[in-house]
Amino acid sequence: MSTKHLELAQVGIDFPTPKGPFRALENVNLKIEKGEFVSLIGHSGCGKSTVLNIIAGLHQATTGGVILDGSEVNSPGPERAVVFQNHSLLPWLSVYKNVELAVKSTMQGKSKSEMREWILHNLALVHMSHALDKFPNEISGGMKQRVGIARALAMEPKVLLMDEPFGALDALTRAHLQDSLMEIHASLGNTVIMITHDVDEAVLLSDRIVMMNNGPAATVGEILDIALPRPRDRLVLADSKQYNHYRHEVLTFLYDKQKKVETVSSHGKSTLKQSANGVSSEKKDKSNSDAA
Amino acid sequence: MSKISTILRFTPATSRSEGVTGFLFQSAPTLLLPIIGLLLFLAIWNGVAKSIDTSLGQFPGPAQVWEQVGALANEHIEQRESADAFYTRQAERNAARVAQDPNYVPKIRAFTGAPTFLDQIWTSLYTVLVGFLIASIVAVPVGILCGLSKSAYTAINPLIQLFKPVSPLAWLPLVTMVVSALYVSDDPAFSKSFVTSAFTVSLCCLWPTLINTAVGVSNIDNDLINVSKVLRLSPLSHLTKIVLPSSIPMIFTGLRLSLGIGWMVLIAAEMLAQNPGLGKFVWDEFQNGSGESLARIMVAVLTIGAIGFVLDRCMLSVQRAVSWDKSRVLR
Repeated sequence: MSTKHLELAQVGIDFPTPKGPFRALENVNLKIEKGEFVSLIGHSGCGKSTVLNIIAGLHQATTGGVILDGSEVNSPGPERAVVFQNHSLLPWLSVYKNVELAVKSTMQGKSKSEMREWILHNLALVHMSHALDKFPNEISGGMKQRVGIARALAMEPKVLLMDEPFGALDALTRAHLQDSLMEIHASLGNTVIMITHDVDEAVLLSDRIVMMNNGPAATVGEILDIALPRPRDRLVLADSKQYNHYRHEVLTFLYDKQKKVETVSSHGKSTLKQSANGVSSEKKDKSNSDAA
Repeated sequence: MSKISTILRFTPATSRSEGVTGFLFQSAPTLLLPIIGLLLFLAIWNGVAKSIDTSLGQFPGPAQVWEQVGALANEHIEQRESADAFYTRQAERNAARVAQDPNYVPKIRAFTGAPTFLDQIWTSLYTVLVGFLIASIVAVPVGILCGLSKSAYTAINPLIQLFKPVSPLAWLPLVTMVVSALYVSDDPAFSKSFVTSAFTVSLCCLWPTLINTAVGVSNIDNDLINVSKVLRLSPLSHLTKIVLPSSIPMIFTGLRLSLGIGWMVLIAAEMLAQNPGLGKFVWDEFQNGSGESLARIMVAVLTIGAIGFVLDRCMLSVQRAVSWDKSRVLR
């Protein structure tokens, strides 16, 4: 196994703002091994999603770069499949067709029956074989996310990128999906990079937890190795000293070392930004009705 | 029938009346309220009409208008009968001439009667649909282009803003002259007046569709665009799998607005240019100035409204048929 499966070197990114470039990330260095499960954790706004988007190729790093298996990542592609936070299934396609779209665009040259088998196999992996012809608005949030995972897996990605995949789900559904994900990871051995806000989720699933400093110019703060034996059982771990030690480490980092200071001004800024968004969307609506 | 009467006989009177009122109350919002509105309108119309005296006589009330509906239908039937009679006479005459002289080439002349009200309806409908179709074929692709590409939008937007507020009737003289100059053929497939009207309709049908399509396409969920990028969808599948399905509601909003405006504009254009159609019918009746003219114009007004309504409903059913979200309530 190569030790440099995926490497982020000196990654930094500037976002243009009216007041000049805003440096969101600086000097992010990370080496990830094949088959590793890595979580990115940090306060909101620290640039976790930006890191993931750079790996996915949806954002371009301003400085440094990402190397996957010896070649530089410049654009999005199916070898770095993304599971989006709000599932992002195409609402006009059935569950089967959603996965089929991914399979068709990544497995060109395969026969129809091979494709069909592969689609069914991936939907079976996430326990969604019963809802092939259902549309996304006919299934629950947890099921949608399962299909989202199946779609990503069906691309046979080298790296599976997950952007807070379970963030929008209730606690019980989330636990189910975490168990499914552990099962899949154990059997397929994909490299997984997952963003999470949930300390328990990070400790339960990960081989390593990458904890990020607060922005601006955010970077990797600490990296915690989770040496819990697999397969992991949440019930057993809930009572485990080692598990609770890891939890404590992450919590300490988040709430002690990187205490997020919600200053009035920053809070005001965020609401201002929101209301600005609101205004602009209102404007859009208005322009629609004007057009009408 | 006998079954119903037995049921009625054995049902106590009170519960029967409850059943009827219950039905009325249940269907009140969908059936009863529109009927009440309509009856109120007719009553007010009837009352007001009596007190308006014009130089062409009293303003027509609902009864006079209804009379003219029958009259117009009869005129159409009579016209058709005389046309049929004309053609049979012509055919007989030609057959006789050919029998006398085998070398004779029969001349076939078209019936020259004036177009009836129904003919005019048909002409207008046909014209508006052709004009609307031409506009849609241009506007939807250009709108998609504007929605997808910011540069295209920036380039085209000033033109849209400049031409959108122009009343198509201002175009009419220009369109008429251009059509007369360019559409020259000995045996034209379409009459010049038809081309002029259809083109004028197209000019004003363009904008709502174009703008709404552009807005719909540019507002596609960013996550779906990212999905498309990650899947490396080809431009064509990006268009058919992501862009079109998500912008269909907005495209149809534009199409329905366009068709409505096109229909309104067509009537005005026909009046102004004396092109055959409902607009010409209205203008001819106005110039005719008989005692029945106002009632006949009122028939045309109501017909124009009804056709506009039906056209919109048709577009709505097309939208329902192509929309992916069947549960969505469309208005």
